[in-house]
Amino acid sequence: MADITQGNTKGAQTNRARTADENPIKRFFRATEIDTRLLGMVGALVIIWVGFQIMTGGLFLTPRNLWNLTVQTSSVAVMATGMVLIIVTRNIDLSVGSVLGFCGMVMGVMQAKFLPQYLGLEHPAIWIITLATGIAVGAAIGALQGSIVAFLNVPAFIVTLGGLLVWRGATWFVTSGQTVAPMNATFRLMGGGTEGSIGATASWIVGILACIAIVAAILNSRKQRKRFRFPLRPIWAEYFLAILGCVLVLGAIAVANSYYWPTNIARKYADANGIAWPDGGLQISHGIAIPVLVAIVVGIAMTFIATRLRFGRYVFALGGNPEAAELAGIKTRWVTVKIFTLMGILCAIAAAISTARLNAATNAQGELDELYTIAAAVIGGTSLAGGVGTIAGAMIGALVMQSLQSGMVLLGIDSPFQRIVVGVVLVVAVLLDTIYRARAK
Amino acid sequence: MKDQRTPLVEMKNISISFGGIHAVDNASVDLYPGEVVALLGHNGAGKSTLIKILSGAYKRDAGEILINGEPADINNPRDAKKYGIETIYQTLAVADNVDAAANLYLGRELRTPWGTLDDVAMEAKAREVMGRLNPNFQRFKEPVKALSGGQRQSVAIARAILFDARILIMDEPTAALGPQETAQVGDLIKQLKREGIGIFLISHDIHDVFDLADRVSVMKNGQVVGQARTEDVTKDEVLGMIIMGKVPPKAIPGPGAMQVA
Repeated sequence: MADITQGNTKGAQTNRARTADENPIKRFFRATEIDTRLLGMVGALVIIWVGFQIMTGGLFLTPRNLWNLTVQTSSVAVMATGMVLIIVTRNIDLSVGSVLGFCGMVMGVMQAKFLPQYLGLEHPAIWIITLATGIAVGAAIGALQGSIVAFLNVPAFIVTLGGLLVWRGATWFVTSGQTVAPMNATFRLMGGGTEGSIGATASWIVGILACIAIVAAILNSRKQRKRFRFPLRPIWAEYFLAILGCVLVLGAIAVANSYYWPTNIARKYADANGIAWPDGGLQISHGIAIPVLVAIVVGIAMTFIATRLRFGRYVFALGGNPEAAELAGIKTRWVTVKIFTLMGILCAIAAAISTARLNAATNAQGELDELYTIAAAVIGGTSLAGGVGTIAGAMIGALVMQSLQSGMVLLGIDSPFQRIVVGVVLVVAVLLDTIYRARAK
Repeated sequence: MKDQRTPLVEMKNISISFGGIHAVDNASVDLYPGEVVALLGHNGAGKSTLIKILSGAYKRDAGEILINGEPADINNPRDAKKYGIETIYQTLAVADNVDAAANLYLGRELRTPWGTLDDVAMEAKAREVMGRLNPNFQRFKEPVKALSGGQRQSVAIARAILFDARILIMDEPTAALGPQETAQVGDLIKQLKREGIGIFLISHDIHDVFDLADRVSVMKNGQVVGQARTEDVTKDEVLGMIIMGKVPPKAIPGPGAMQVA
């Protein structure tokens, strides 16, 4: 015990010596332990946003556009969180778009054709049975593909390239190519829109809960580190992080709350509920859209899995050195199967968001989404060499991609040119990341 | 001369072949508690393969393994760990992208009552073990990739110590290290010996291990040339065993010994 305390004081001294000759910026980042890579991505996002704001003459950074942007991002963002784990273990999943299509079609048929026969239309249990079925189908597909990769040693690239074709074809066979619509009213809430948002009060409650969680997490980590007498972050850094976190959360909620219902919908709502129509118009806040809330919950859950659970630790160890992981006694094959299963589940959740938003299940649902998902993960700092990547990064990556597309739509740029830009951005992002990593060494 | 105690490990008549090549052919070695046995031979002599059978990385075709005199069933690395066998590989089998504490506990993570990783407890224990091993080590938060060869080696050794290994296998333990770090590893091996741990040292360079080892076993072309106590033979004689398979008078010849016609 004496050894440890001695070691710690020595460490503290070297730390102090080290910090003394660092410039204030470096010291700031060391004290707050902010991930500079992630910060760089947020910076890039801000530049993109401000750039579009100027180019569109103030159309981009409006509550309405930002709100729509987050809703449009949520489906790919959900899948990108799983793609991170896949790529971290040096695999790839090219089938996610097709699996999304297939799960979406299964869920469409389930709620619009199959269940109403037994339960009647708009039965309250339809949406949950539908969602559970979709998730089960997604998980089964993922487990199948993962087993082929892990136990039969077929490269993931090939298995999922096959999956890309197989599940897209299977989607067609479910209804012989017919589009299924409309979706169940409750199910449709997962797609966002005026109905599928939680409103101002609930949004503020979510925001305040998030702030409490941020402060609790900081306090808990400080307590844990004190318990073992580890070096602590300076107290100003703790305050800074807590305040920064809360300001960002509450700011985002304020933006979501200042996007009001369109006049005609608000008027219908006022008529239906016997509210007198005020002179300035009725201003009802959207608040956070349900798909965005789903994506955030998925992001938090996946971050928890990746960083706090043993499974997540194994995923990263496996990606860093598969041989070492195997020799350490990790059941690497099962880990691979679990990762692909998780990916399948996330595809089903993304399918629910996407079909609910479209209010239909179509044959072409999720086409090219595999590429956007992989691009989001890679732009978000996931290394194709394996072992490196964060869930938060991938979600920001998805937001970057969607921001580019949305901004170009606002600018009236043709869709072929949009693709060119997105493609170039992908390559440039990875190039910058490579340079950053080379310098960080 | 002959030890009357039960050996910690006895590998008897082990054979394994890969696609018709006999990588290890009827090889037998043993190890007693608190003893260091150096397994020597050229690259490709079969020493690493033989030892990977003990650590569960390969499955033997024939032969048996006794641990404390009892037949042991070792089919994978997890089985080997159950018998207290820990291996430190030539390739430094650490996961480069996670930190020291995560590597120390890889495969046997400490968890909180809620089933989440108890990183703080793992880091605390890591600090304690590393403090004993390498007091200057402070970089607990960085991925192992950022560490020097010696630091990575001490992480790998700490990993074995942490789990109370009784049998330690070190494959080229000092190959990647500078002179000072090599001396450090040497001290460490002596300390482990005092704790009654049996150690297999594997090397193709006799100078790395001769002074640390109590006995040497020499392999050539997958067979054991012979074994000897280090006090009974000179380095040159051992070199003769490695290069030509010539067994000196005080050594015990094995099946791979040069046939004197």
